[in-house]
This record gives sequence, C-alpha cells and structure tokens, in this order.
Amino acid sequence: MSRYVITLCHGSSCMQKDSQKLRQAFEKELEKKKLSEKVKINLSGCLGMCSHGPIVIINPRYTVYGKVTENDIPELIESHIIKKEPFKRLAIEEDHLFNRFYRVFGDVKFFGKQMRIVLRNCGIIDPENMDDYLSVRGYEALAKVLTKMNPEDVIREVKKSGLRGRGGAGFPTGIKWELTAKENSDEKFVICNADEGDPGAFMDRSTIEGDPHTVIEGMIIGGYAVSSNKGVVYIRAEYPLAIKRLEKAIADARKEGFLGEHILGSNFSFDIEIRLGAGAFVCGEETALIHSIEGSRGMPRPRPPYPSVSGLFGKPTLINNVETWANIPVIILDGADWFSSIGIAKSKGTKVFALAGKIANTGLVEVPMGTTLRQIIYDIGGGIPNNKKFKAIQTGGPSGGCLPEKFLDTKIDYESLVAAGSIMGSGGMIVMDEDSCMVNIAKFFLEFTQNESCGKCTPCREGTKRMLEILTRITKGEGVDEDIVNLKRLGTMIKKASLCGLGQSAPNPVLSTINNFMEEYVEHIKEKKCRAGCCQGLFAYAITEKCIGCGVCKKVCPVAAITGEPRSKHKIDKNKCIKCGLCVKACKFEAIKKA
Amino acid sequence: MLNIKINDKSYQVEAGQTIMQAADKLGFHIPRLCYHPRLSIEGACRVCIVEVKGMRNYIASCAYPVSEGMEIFTNTAEIRQARRDIVELILNNHPQDCHTCERDGICELQRLTYAMGIRHRHFEGERKHYEKDISSTSVVRDPDKCILCGRCVRICSEVQKVNALGHAWRGFKTVVMPAYNMPFNESVCTTCGQCINVCPTAAFVEKSCAQDLFKKLDNSSLVKVAQIAPSVRAAIAEAFGFEAGSHCLEKELTAALRKLGFDYVFDTQFSADLTIMEEASEFLERLKGKGKLPMITSCSSAWMKCLEQFYQDLIPYVSTCKSPMSMLGSLVKTYFAQKIKRDPKEIVSVAIMCCTAKKYEAARKELYVDGAPAVDMVVTTREISWMIKSAGIDLMHIKPEEFDKPLGLSSGAGTIFGVTGGVMEAAIRTAYELYTGEPLIDIEINDLRGFKGIKEGKLEIDGKEIRVAVAHGLGNANELLEMVRKDKERFHFIEIMGCPGGCIGGGGQPYAGLNSLPLDESCLAARADALYNLDRHKTIRRSHNNPDIRRIYKEFLGKPLGEMSHKLLHTHYKPKEPKGIVPTEIQAR
Repeated sequence: MSRYVITLCHGSSCMQKDSQKLRQAFEKELEKKKLSEKVKINLSGCLGMCSHGPIVIINPRYTVYGKVTENDIPELIESHIIKKEPFKRLAIEEDHLFNRFYRVFGDVKFFGKQMRIVLRNCGIIDPENMDDYLSVRGYEALAKVLTKMNPEDVIREVKKSGLRGRGGAGFPTGIKWELTAKENSDEKFVICNADEGDPGAFMDRSTIEGDPHTVIEGMIIGGYAVSSNKGVVYIRAEYPLAIKRLEKAIADARKEGFLGEHILGSNFSFDIEIRLGAGAFVCGEETALIHSIEGSRGMPRPRPPYPSVSGLFGKPTLINNVETWANIPVIILDGADWFSSIGIAKSKGTKVFALAGKIANTGLVEVPMGTTLRQIIYDIGGGIPNNKKFKAIQTGGPSGGCLPEKFLDTKIDYESLVAAGSIMGSGGMIVMDEDSCMVNIAKFFLEFTQNESCGKCTPCREGTKRMLEILTRITKGEGVDEDIVNLKRLGTMIKKASLCGLGQSAPNPVLSTINNFMEEYVEHIKEKKCRAGCCQGLFAYAITEKCIGCGVCKKVCPVAAITGEPRSKHKIDKNKCIKCGLCVKACKFEAIKKA
Repeated sequence: MLNIKINDKSYQVEAGQTIMQAADKLGFHIPRLCYHPRLSIEGACRVCIVEVKGMRNYIASCAYPVSEGMEIFTNTAEIRQARRDIVELILNNHPQDCHTCERDGICELQRLTYAMGIRHRHFEGERKHYEKDISSTSVVRDPDKCILCGRCVRICSEVQKVNALGHAWRGFKTVVMPAYNMPFNESVCTTCGQCINVCPTAAFVEKSCAQDLFKKLDNSSLVKVAQIAPSVRAAIAEAFGFEAGSHCLEKELTAALRKLGFDYVFDTQFSADLTIMEEASEFLERLKGKGKLPMITSCSSAWMKCLEQFYQDLIPYVSTCKSPMSMLGSLVKTYFAQKIKRDPKEIVSVAIMCCTAKKYEAARKELYVDGAPAVDMVVTTREISWMIKSAGIDLMHIKPEEFDKPLGLSSGAGTIFGVTGGVMEAAIRTAYELYTGEPLIDIEINDLRGFKGIKEGKLEIDGKEIRVAVAHGLGNANELLEMVRKDKERFHFIEIMGCPGGCIGGGGQPYAGLNSLPLDESCLAARADALYNLDRHKTIRRSHNNPDIRRIYKEFLGKPLGEMSHKLLHTHYKPKEPKGIVPTEIQAR
C-alpha cells in the first residue's frame, strides 16, 4: 500500500509547462531514493490553477506546490516525504479559494465562493482508475436508479432539481428528458455534446479528463430515463487525452458491468460509443452535431422538429452537454431538494467557468449560480494584475456580450446575464483591462464567428462579414458616421433572423460594446483615436526628448523607418513605420511613445 | 382546424402545415428564395421570415408549423426592413453584371430584389470569387453567382439521388462544389442539368455552343442538318412568354430553323420510331430467351451515365439501342449523306434537345460513326430560343413548314417519347403487334401516364403476362432498380428517364416564367398534354406503321437487329468509376 500520493496536474496548461517530464523525474528520483513502493503518482485533470503551473499536490500533509521544475524534485521529495515537512519554497500558501477548497473538501460550509459539484472528483481521483471512482460513491447513483427508481421517478427528480442545460441555452433538462421519454420509437439515442468550441474554454475537457466516469454514469441514467440503449459521445478530435481517458473509462465500465447488456443484473442495457468531431465550432449546435454524427456536413437545420422528436438518424434523441451530464449522478444521489437549494430562483446548481484574460488567477472555477461577476473576478480570480483598471468582462464565449463595471454585481444566472446584454453560454469568461480596445475586441470575436459560420443562412454568412468589414474599417481609422447605425441595424437583424444559435448570438460582442462603450466607437470614428492604443491604424510612434541616440531602435527596426546620427535624437518615418512595436521594446530609455 | 391570425385578421387553417403553406392558401405570398415545393426544407435564405407574437426571433415561415392561436405578422415595417436587408446582403455578394448575365430578366434573385424595393446599397464590400468550372460537356458551374440556396444540392441528392454536389468550406467562403473540388467532368455528375432548372440565378447554366453554331450556319460549304426532340416543341413557347402547354410550335420551329440557316430539318421522332422498332424487336428476342430480362431502356443519356457509375451489375439488362438522337445522327452521316451524295465530313449534324446530358452523349467516342461524331453539336431548348430571338426571327408569327424527308415523318408513338411512360407505351404498341400479328386496340395506356414516381402496368401478349414498370427521375429510378436487384422476375420491361417528368422536364428546357416555379408539376403536365395531343391527332400512331421507317429498312438497314442496325443503331456500355464514388469492390465489403 502506498503511503504517499503525488498528484500531478495533467491539464493542457500544465502539460505545456512540461508536467510530462515531471512525472518521469519523480519516478526516477523515487527509484533512486528507494521510495517507489511507498509513493503513488496520480495524473489529474486540470486543477484550475493554471497561472501557477505546473501544479503538484502531495498527500498526506496536503500541500499544493506550484511552478515545479525537474531540478526541484530531489529537494521536494527530501523535504515532504523524507523529512515530513512541506517544502516551503514552492508551496502555495496563499489563501486562494482553490487551495481552501481542497483543504476542506467535504465540509460544505467552508466551500467559500467556489463550490465543486461538476468538478467534485477532478484532481482528487485518478481518472483512469475505476476503483478510485468507486471510492467516491461512483456508480452508486446508477445502482440507485436501477434498483429503486423507475424512469418516471428519475425524470421527476431531474425536473425537480431545476437543472438547466449547461451548453448555453439553459433549456430545463428534466423537460427535455420528459419530451424524449414521451416519444414512441423502436430506437432512441442519448448524446453527450463534448464539442467544446469556445476559444479558451476547457470546462468540458477538464471534466472528462478529470472524471470521465461521472459523464458516463450520467448518460447511462439518462438512457434509462428515456428508454434508450445507445449513447454517443461527440467529442472533438483535438482532445486526445480526454478521448483516451473516456475510451478507457468506457472499456472499464463495460468490464465491470456498468455498460453493456443487463447492467448490474437489471433488464436495462446501454452502451456508449465515441464519435470524433473535426473541430467545427458550429457542430456544438445540436442539429449540426447530429448531422456530423450521421456522416453529413455539420450544418444546422431549422427546428422544430426538435431532436427529442426527430434526432440522430431521425430517431428521438436526448442530447445534453458534458457539464449537464456530470450533474446527474449528484442529483440522483443527494436528491433534487439538496441540488435545488444551491443557486437562485430560476438557475439551480453550479456553473463551471474558464476564467481567462487580464486576471491574476486564470483557470477553472465552479461557483453556485447567483454568484456575482465581482466575486468571481476579485474573490476567486484575484483581481486585475499589474494595477490596471478593470474594463469589461465577457461571458459566454465568442458570442457573449462584454459587460462594463456597472454590471459587475450582476448575478450569474441565465436570465440576469441576458438582461445585462450577455449570455451564460457554455462558460467562457474573459476579463479585459484598460489596455483592451473594445472595438478591437468586438472585431476579434466577430472574426471568429464569421470564420466558423457554417455558411448556410444568409444573415450569419453575409451579415457578419459586412459587420466585420465595418469594424475593420473603424479600427483602421476609416470609420464613417453611419457605421454605428449600420452595425446596429445588421446586428439586430442577424440576431433575430439567423437559423441557429451561432448566428443568433454572433452580433452580441458588437452590440454589447456599442451599448456599453459607445464613447470608444465615437472616438475611433470621429477623433480617429484608440484610447487603449490597440488599433494600429489610429496611432503613430514618435521619439521623445528622452532619446540619447544610442541607435538600438534603428538596429531593430525591420523596415528601416528610423533614422538619426549617433548621440543625437532619432526620428521615425511615419510612412515607413509598420507599428510593430519592436523599437519600443528595445529602447532602454522609454523614449518612444505612441502619439 | 386551427384558429390563427395573420396581420390581425382571423383565419381558420388546417393543422399540420407550415406558416407559408397556410398563408399561400389565404392569398398571402410571403417572399421566398431557397424554398422549393419538391425539395426538403432548407431554411437557409431567411427571406420568408415573419414575426410571430411571443417569439423573440423572426420565424422562417417555410419551416415552422402553424399552431392554435398563433398570431403572425408578414408585413410589418420591421420585417420588411429585415427581409430587404437579407436580400441586399445576398445581392452584395453577387456579381453586379445583370445586363450581361444569361439569366437577365429570367432571374429569381432579380425579381426578388425588385419586389423588395432595394434602391440603395447599405452594406457593400468584398465579394467572393471562385473560378468557373467549364470542364463538363454539359453544365457550367459559376460559384460567383451562387447564392447558396442549396436547391441544386437538394435536387441532386433528394430527387436524383446522385449526390454530385455539396457545400464546402465555411463562413463567407462557403461554396457548392463536387466532391474534393474535382472538376465537374471527373465527378459523379450525370449531366442531367436539373441543378440548372432549380437554380434561381446563373450559378449553373448549360455549356452553350450557340455562338459556335452561328459560325457553322454561316459556312456555306457545309450541309447543316438539324433534328428536333419531341419535348422541345412542347416547351419552346414558354421561352417566348407563353404559358406552358398553350402553344405547341412544331412546324413553326422547323420554319425558324430553316431561317436560321439549316439546310435540312429532321425530326428526332422519326428515329424514335426507329428506336421502337429495334427496341421492341430486342425485347421480343429477350422474351424468347436470347438475353436477360427485365430489359431496361437506354434512351436517356443521364440515366446511361448513372448506370455506368452506380448500377454496373445491371449493364447486361440494358437495351443496346442507341438513343433516338444518336440513331438519327448516325443515319444523317451515312444513309442521308449517300442520298445527297456528300462526304459525311461536310455535314454538320445538330440536335435541338431538351437536355443537357445529350451534349455528353454526343461526345461519347463509342457512338462515333466512322471516326466522326454522329451528332456534332447539341443545343438546348433555351439555347435555340435565344438564337431565334438573336437572329430576329418571329417564331410566333412565322409560316409553319414541314420536316424534310426522308428522316422527318413520325408516328404518334415517336411523339410521346418525350414524356415519362411514353417510350414504354410506344414500345408496347409495336411489340404487341410484332408478336401477335394483331394491332393493339386500346393504345393509350393510362397506367403509364402521369407523374407518379414509379408506375407499374401489365398486359397480355398471346396469353403471357408481361409486367412493365416506369420510373422518371434518377431517384425514383434508384428505388425501382433496387426492386429489380432484389427480384429479377418481377418485371419484364422497364423504362427509365433521367429527369422528373421525362424529357419534358429536361435540364435544357426554358426557365420558369413569372408565375411558375421550375419543375412545377402543373407545368410538366401541360407539356405532357401537348405531346399527348400531338399523338392523338396523328393518323399514324404506331412506329411500325410509319412508311418512312419501312422504307429505310428496305433501302438501307435491312431488318431490325440486322447487321446494319447493329453497326449503326446499337452500342454497349462499360463501367465508369469517377472520383468521389466508392468503388464497387469496397462497397461490397
């Protein structure tokens, strides 16, 4: 029996920072110190503390270590495992909520502002080990459902829990299940939508990487509730680790009798197959996803009929997002009453967000519904780094709205976010500070949605292109007065006339920035000025009196735009300058400024 | 019945229909573009949007069902502007070359633009650009003009089940293309041209040879010979603004072709009679055990390409007869050349066809006669209409003229070749008599008429039950042929035409008029009636009674299935495996 457990974060951020090599280094060092028998190494899904990566947790005497390198390992083992005292130099002692959460795991009162339901096992169990999952009450919900509940009971429980779709639209999950269960058909399908496409979002990936069995268990319960025997996980091929773990989890579950014929000796049979997506953003839309599984091009179709009536291969299909599925076992085990006590009025439970952008603690956070944006940014996220000022927060991925300071006390729930001009989306959350130009940000997101439009319906395909052209013009200093009117006119029309959710939400970043940061648009258009200094068409570099004529800037300029004699003030030719900014970085005297 | 309100007025409508269907019946015409009644609902163009009370977004009326108490608004200021903007967006990514476009004046987008009242452009910008694909013998694909309504993709997959086209790439770059963006001529395209028929703009047009033909007509050293397909006469008046079926311009067209510069104008119906002689004889041979049954007809060029690609196992079942066009072409270059004592090389043989696939057929090497094409050029109904207009010929007031001899006289059986079921009907008229020696009394076989996808019939020949089946459109053909694959005994004789409605619905027929839709069934029915009327008014209605047919056998061909026939009137088909098709040996795995 191992006495120590070293947990290595295997999220993408930490992997990039060489957590792979760390594992080998640990193994080597343990071997050397003849500790291999005593210490077990676990790989976990993303622990959500990306900015401190690579993260290592050693138990017992729980300590989180950050920014661990190969060279630190001998000392780390020496200190924590041999001398039995935490290795101070790398230990993260700060009162980070993440940290607090892990220390007190199990004691609800101290969860603080984070609360982990979906990610409850992530980083705690070995995702590739069935016994680990079983030890945290894994598949107990399934057993309960199969032995003590009939399908109607399950649906009643899910309905009562108030769980709503975590993919973004927030459709009540129980009602979806009920609709699918109601259909008479020789065959029904259950789909897990793991086509997480928002740039920077990795909630679903982390859930699967950290706790694949939870998703599988949720799907089996869903299959039982709607009497389906066939589940499909549609996951993007860019998630190799998630796919690998899911494959292993499915195989293990089959071996243990949780999947396959007569699950746990009951009359219910269910199996799951994995289908890989090629990475089209639009395939997160359910009808496009279904087309993609069927082998066609991933393009949405008009609804109704909804998938609950006619879905995969024309059969009634229950389709939920990864996060939704991960909630199911908890709801069954701990009951709808408990679940619905978390959150607020119309939004129950928790929501996972991928916190990114200009914020101290980037990473994954899971908070109860009703938490305010301010709490996430300042209490959990640690505020804006480098003493910069907060400017805006964007929720809901590339098609969410950008909310300014005055909305920071908005509670996170489906309705409040929409009322504020944004969306819940699948959980992207990007913080922007004063260095972000809101016109440029709007352009950036629209560029993404325009490129990812499936090209089927006119408003989304053609309309977003024209909006993008207008925005590009504005950021180049070529904006004209009617641009704002036209952006609003197109944006409103695209939102209301597009075929699917992609088009219906694509104009959000533009419309919300026009609403909340109108002054920046006006500045760009009328004064040809970008206050954040982002829009290259709207500023020029100039050399100030601080210049001592060292000539460094002249050397680094790739287009030979800088001239000047040694020891005398240099000059930038504005016509030649491409505004790459290399000279600014090279100048030791801060003599080059934007003007 | 449901109670709904449209624009604040109450109506009762039947349940189970879409908003658009309900509105259509109540006298509203919600503007539309990608919608087509014969195709599945795409919901792509968003032109047919309406407002529905209680709904946050606009609703595509083509796709959304009516429900009790629904309050629909089709014409508010807001929806008018949204619709206008959507059409403008389409227009802004479309070449602004209406005046030089082939569909100027007969373009659905143009009409819609006019109706939306777009007088000012708000959102001009970049336009997509892709190279034209002119590789096909029959169809030119111009993605620049494509507005991505998806009708071509749908007709090709749903009605024809060929699946030669699909959407590719994303966003603003989205384009419709054959598999792997291969040139059209290397794709599975059967060249039927139905994509042209349903395209609202000029993104698909036929590969025109009208200008080349004008040049040839000017060359006095050549003998210019034309032949006219049955369906051309039934539909050409539509290209001159007349309702479908209102005028059948057979003799007028003959006169117009002479005015254009043709020396001889023959009738493809003559060779249709000849086809019947050969095909009926072939069928009777097979019935006697010499060859495989069921026998499947081979007149439709699109069907032939389809056969070679997708039904290679059925090749032995297909009649070896060439199509009437190729038969006539062969005779022009041999029998007729001898008659007028000219070198076949000095003869230009031109076919006026309702069909784009005939252009492909004319280029088939195996149909060449003595190393030269039997048919040098194929022009469609649309092309010849344009040529007539361009040459300043008044088709509507021209003095009618007769076809030339010896390849111009035809029976009513040859006439009905142009409509689905017609070949079968004509063949039965002759086969019956050839077999029994007695004429068939009731020669109009109603079971084989009309536009049901697959029509079945049976008759008795000398006490033996003969079961026949007819399919029109390659999708219906697929269904019928799957039946055949399962049960070879079920039918004895099968007619297949590649286009919906048969040749009258061919890919080269005039575009839909102001008040009609392409492939509208009432339009097809009117064209079919025109041909049935011609048949009814003919004194000779059976191919074997055509005196010129008898003469040509006597003078030149000998007898049906004879040596000369085999050389000039029959051919064989080989498997083809274009790119984008799964080879049969892999399919079998």
